[in-house]
Amino acid sequence: MSLLQVSHLKKRFGGVVAVNDVSLTINAGEIYGLIGPNGAGKTTCFNLITGLYRADSGHFTLGGSAYSPHQIEKVAEAGIARTFQNLRLFNEMSVLENVMTGRHVRTRNGLWAALSRHRRARAEEAKTERLAWHWLEYTGIAQFAHYRASDLAYGHQRRLEIARALATDPRLLALDEPAAGMNAAEKVALGTLLRRIRDDGKTLLIIEHDVRLIMSLCDRLSVLDYGRVIAEGTPQAVRRHPEVIRAWLGGEAHA
Amino acid sequence: MSAILSERPVRKRINSGVLLLAAAMILAPWIASAAGGNYWVRVIDFTLLYIMLALGLNIVVGFTGLLDMGFIAFYAVGAYLAALLASPHLLETFPALQTLFPHGMHTSYLLLVPLAALIAGACGILLGAPTLGLRGDYLAIVTLGFGEIIRILMRNLDRPVNITNGAKGISGVDTLSLFGLSFKGMIHLFGVRIPALYLWYYLFALLIIAIVMACVRLQRSRIGRAWHAIREDEEVARVMGINVRNYKLLAFALGASFGGIAGVMFASFQGFVSPESFTLNESIVVLAMVVLGGIGHVPGVILGAVLLSALPEVLRSQAVPIQQALFGSVIIDPEILRQLFYGLALVLVMLFRPHGLWPARQLEEKA
Repeated sequence: MSLLQVSHLKKRFGGVVAVNDVSLTINAGEIYGLIGPNGAGKTTCFNLITGLYRADSGHFTLGGSAYSPHQIEKVAEAGIARTFQNLRLFNEMSVLENVMTGRHVRTRNGLWAALSRHRRARAEEAKTERLAWHWLEYTGIAQFAHYRASDLAYGHQRRLEIARALATDPRLLALDEPAAGMNAAEKVALGTLLRRIRDDGKTLLIIEHDVRLIMSLCDRLSVLDYGRVIAEGTPQAVRRHPEVIRAWLGGEAHA
Repeated sequence: MSAILSERPVRKRINSGVLLLAAAMILAPWIASAAGGNYWVRVIDFTLLYIMLALGLNIVVGFTGLLDMGFIAFYAVGAYLAALLASPHLLETFPALQTLFPHGMHTSYLLLVPLAALIAGACGILLGAPTLGLRGDYLAIVTLGFGEIIRILMRNLDRPVNITNGAKGISGVDTLSLFGLSFKGMIHLFGVRIPALYLWYYLFALLIIAIVMACVRLQRSRIGRAWHAIREDEEVARVMGINVRNYKLLAFALGASFGGIAGVMFASFQGFVSPESFTLNESIVVLAMVVLGGIGHVPGVILGAVLLSALPEVLRSQAVPIQQALFGSVIIDPEILRQLFYGLALVLVMLFRPHGLWPARQLEEKA
């Protein structure tokens, strides 16, 4: 069953066509990878899906209904949460507050609730905090809850960003190079966490440079080159695809 | 390494300190007048007005991170609202209205305060809406312009129809009266004669307690977190589903409405308003209170307001006698000395305590 369908996505920057007629289908409950050489259009594609860029043309379907990520604010509400390649936490907030902020889109408390703290407002706030703790434990960083986010170790900051995204109750969790800057042990632990998130019913979209990690992690993936999808399928199929070998090895392999 | 953020200050230990502080606050007018006469009670009253302003501005600058250099405009809006609706001025300009208000224009302050909050809040949105896309310096310049526009409007709206009485200002603003108690002259209360200045102090203090409670509750709420998120990274706030536009406007409106309430109090306290009270310099002073005290931190902002409004008065009164005692004559004019200290204080704080004198959290361990 497909969760997100992207069809004929196109984006140009000036004279450069960054994403050219890309179509993808991400099934519910899978880890989907997006790989490709530098400049292939992975990040552009990712930013189009998560609303940071506006597509020139193309069409999205999320969970069977049309989805248009034209307003960034609406993307999280629709059920897509993302992380960033170069960590973007709320650095001056505590770790717990970061995750609580992720609950924003699923909560309603307004001005009167904040000022009066009536019973329902307190109940919502308590639930927000409870869920934030849950996601901190889930990602294994609960012991740092009251640290300032920027004081966490790098790997923990990465986990915090995932916890914050999970707090939005996403249907699709989109991770932009989650393993960037991690050592081998941290990568293994990350892989375990991501598989667990999938096994708990979430769908994941991952951009990653580390080919070994992504091949071991993904259920299916697409390979982009020069803004076009050159191969799609399971890691085993994609690995043998002649186009992929050509793109990676520079053409000599089959020339 | 003490990276752990203390959730709340240690309650038990500061209890006696809090009691002492509360006692000092309750007795403050008596202490001040015993030490130096009612002039000092007046100084304290003005300090409290500045605390209200600084707390209002803190919502915009501190919580949400929007550099507002024209905050005093909202103070002006509140003050002029009270001056227009609770003084003889409007009836003098429009004699036709006299049939509607045969006993003169005396709008109740119980109505004026919420009205000022509403109108100033609306002005806040009016200022906020066109500046949503601006940040930092650019926002500062636009808000600065807005503050000046309001002041210049007040100064020049005496022609063709005399609405604000121009540079001369509006006098004869009704003194606040609550439950039949007029805040003027000497007051007999429970058999004690106390100057109205004391009552003003308690009224302002109550208002500040309410504003502080509102600020603290806002800060520790879903709204406060959204503001904080916007302050740190607007784009990520959007990605988290926070409607940045609405939350910025809310911050502008709330900050402005606190400023408006302070303005009403100011007009009634003085009995007189004029454009001179709402210059750019005043905006900068209030901003300096927020920044110097501890941007975004309510106790810090209060400290900043107290220091920057009360200390210059101390300096003004003591500079001459001290210089005469030391040198036999006055070498530096107190007013120049005041500005010197002001600038020096800001430079030193920015150099050595860039997060303010009393910042929200211990950030030193990073150094």
